[in-house]
Amino acid sequence: MTTRREFLTTVSATGAGLLLGFRLPRRLSATPRGMAGDSELNAWIRIGSDDQVTLFVNESEVGQGVLTSLPMILAEELDVDWTRVRSEHALTDPRYGNQGTGGSSSVRGDYATLRKAGAAARQMLIAAAAATWGVPATECATEPGVVTHAKSRRRASYGRLAVRAATLTPPGDPPLKDPKSFRIIGKATKRLDTPAKVTGRAVFGIDVQVPGMLVAQVEHCPVFGGRVSRFDGTPALRVPGVRRVVEIPSGVAVVAEDFWSAKKGRDALDVHWDAGAGGGLSSATIAARLRELAPGGATAIRRGDPAAALGAAARRVDAEYEVPYLAHATMEPMNCTADVRADACEIWAPTQFQTSSRQLAAQITGLPLEHVTLHTTFMGGGFGRRAQSDFLADAVHTSKAVGRPVKVIYTREDDMHAGWYRPVAYNAFSAALDAGGWPTAWVHRIASPSILANMGPLQDGIDRTSVEGAQNLPYAIPNLLVTYAKADFPIPVWFWRSVGSSINGYVTECFLDELALAGGKDPVELRRHLLSDQPRYRRVLDLAAQKAGWGTPLPAGRARGVALHESFGSIVAEVAEVSLGEGGEPRVHRVVCAVDCGQYVNPDTVVAQMESGIVYGLSAALWGEITIDKGRAVQDNFDSYQVLRIDQMPLVETHIVAEGDPMGGIGEPGTPPIAPAVCNALLVLTGKPVRRLPIVKET
Amino acid sequence: MPSYSLTVNGRRRTVNAPADMPLLWVIRDLLGLTGTKFGCGIGQCRACTLHLDGSATNSCLVPISAAAGHRVTTIEGLSPGRLHPVQQAWIDEDVPQCGYCQPGQIMSAVALLAQHPKPTDAQIDEAMMGNICRCGTYNRIRRALHRAAGESAGAP
Repeated sequence: MTTRREFLTTVSATGAGLLLGFRLPRRLSATPRGMAGDSELNAWIRIGSDDQVTLFVNESEVGQGVLTSLPMILAEELDVDWTRVRSEHALTDPRYGNQGTGGSSSVRGDYATLRKAGAAARQMLIAAAAATWGVPATECATEPGVVTHAKSRRRASYGRLAVRAATLTPPGDPPLKDPKSFRIIGKATKRLDTPAKVTGRAVFGIDVQVPGMLVAQVEHCPVFGGRVSRFDGTPALRVPGVRRVVEIPSGVAVVAEDFWSAKKGRDALDVHWDAGAGGGLSSATIAARLRELAPGGATAIRRGDPAAALGAAARRVDAEYEVPYLAHATMEPMNCTADVRADACEIWAPTQFQTSSRQLAAQITGLPLEHVTLHTTFMGGGFGRRAQSDFLADAVHTSKAVGRPVKVIYTREDDMHAGWYRPVAYNAFSAALDAGGWPTAWVHRIASPSILANMGPLQDGIDRTSVEGAQNLPYAIPNLLVTYAKADFPIPVWFWRSVGSSINGYVTECFLDELALAGGKDPVELRRHLLSDQPRYRRVLDLAAQKAGWGTPLPAGRARGVALHESFGSIVAEVAEVSLGEGGEPRVHRVVCAVDCGQYVNPDTVVAQMESGIVYGLSAALWGEITIDKGRAVQDNFDSYQVLRIDQMPLVETHIVAEGDPMGGIGEPGTPPIAPAVCNALLVLTGKPVRRLPIVKET
Repeated sequence: MPSYSLTVNGRRRTVNAPADMPLLWVIRDLLGLTGTKFGCGIGQCRACTLHLDGSATNSCLVPISAAAGHRVTTIEGLSPGRLHPVQQAWIDEDVPQCGYCQPGQIMSAVALLAQHPKPTDAQIDEAMMGNICRCGTYNRIRRALHRAAGESAGAP
């Protein structure tokens, strides 16, 4: 990305507050900007005279550990003492290019840029020391946090050199360390944000407090695509603490002194809605429409002659798989604080997409972009939901309407009803087996609403997120066809941890086990056979199978299932051990996970993210479902949208394949294999494939 | 508006609030202590767990009228000025990911250890199953709890 590569020419020695802000943030505790006297070496690095190093992170910390892993990259090349490093979210600024956190891309996307930024700053510190001492820079070296000159035995800490270093021109092509000498990258490192998170000090979006701030709740139309027809705010205004009731594009905002007053005002509100065209939608009508659309899909990939191969099959297998809408259900409900004034707008947002959010705020307020300041707060989970900006728009519109800083907070019910769900999908499969039981043809027809259609027209009728993990099936099946048919419903759909792979990992890996059963093959044996020219996949599969004891006896009533899937550049295999409880509810006892994410920065984070992705996928597989009735979401809260709890948590073992391959993502790839691994174990236990999620409705 | 007095983190506080205002929002919005989190509002996720007279309590379900006169401890008041052994165990096991549920998890864990200094896995399940973590840190929470139990046993 050019903007990221150009950082060396755009860095400035001016303080960030002066460079970026038209005024300093009034509430410094929400996003501290380092210490006032620190020297800025570039957009990511500030060093204080006390040797404290502040590293700015241009991605969002959603729990995946970027406030630690990205500083590790900078600190490695900068050559500092890790115990002197602190990190914080950067402001939203074009210096960082397009700021958006998604696609499991932070570490692999920023790796080269941050290494260069750290190395350039180190060169500037060396140059400052050399100039101070009147010696050639080439004779100087560094130890963690110190520049040294061996000949004269002089040493100077970075803190003493930073002021001078910040005035120097950054080098264009600084030398990088030999990875063999890394002492931070690749080493298990404790997260920098943990102390703040265990003491309650971490300021999440919902915790932001700005002087003069009011708190709002927004009543949105319960029917997707509906609008306000008329409303009477008078009864709400009679509630003590309620200050204003205003209509905004998404509904009616009740603005009060605190959350509880806003809620009571909202309860008193009298709103009439125009439900629009979506008022008759139900999960059944949606499923029927998808089924109707599937045969007419556009071709995403065609290899060989699938129709002929199906005709010549020794055995043909057909199956239909369906998945529901899913809510993200982040622990922290959507919220945002905005302070819109005549000449400026300041926003504190738990957002994954800073740049586009800032642009949206500029558009809503009519202010020039540089008059919009956007602070990224801590956020209670993202999973893709916070890459949407509906909540930010609500806050900006409401603050603009009332002329005061406003924090909009969604209740859990608002959050669950707001849409931007993982899409529903219908999948029709047909496969051919030869006389030996090996697959010779695979036809996969997908019908689903499109996420990418939110951004513009689709190319060739294909949403690449809807076919990811399906069209790039790794298996050597000579005849292949994958099609996609776009469905349109007024229910907004969006990125959900692992996106299309959350669907296609499940349906392809389960259908493959159906083929294994039909062809009389062991599931691992079948995969190995079809992966004979895919050594990386085979290595991951073999590691998971070996660590899980594939093929060895289990206690009575337990079975193993395996699944393998690549997403976001990483290959993950999982083996689940499952039994059925007395009520028929599946119990997952153990999950063995093998991941090939190539080169990595913090192995402890890789393990944590695999485990996290597995739990997230397991909650969805077992119980996750947003159903639609009369155009509305039926589920409200964690009582009707069940998620995994500690007593249901399986043992999880993660094994990392560390062969130095190209870097893959880690935030999402743990999720896709868990649903099929569990369902494939259930296929062994019950003899019946699980062709629809959630599992609890099928067992 | 009625007035209520209660003890929060050792300090006597008086607030003016409607009788039905949940303790959670009194703590967060009126007293400005934001370590206690809102997650569901119906006692399903326990992100809002604090100690009411020493017992782990869903503060979203307790109206201020019922909390008045009682003793409240929030995450901020758990161990002022230094880390509680449970907080230290959470750091040692690197438990949090997004971190949002963790103050509630820690408050539940501290209450559990007060009752069962060496909890079994079954006791951990029972005491902690109310606390949802969407990042899936449950196995690390369990390890941290066992670690804290070991350290508590070693303390005088």
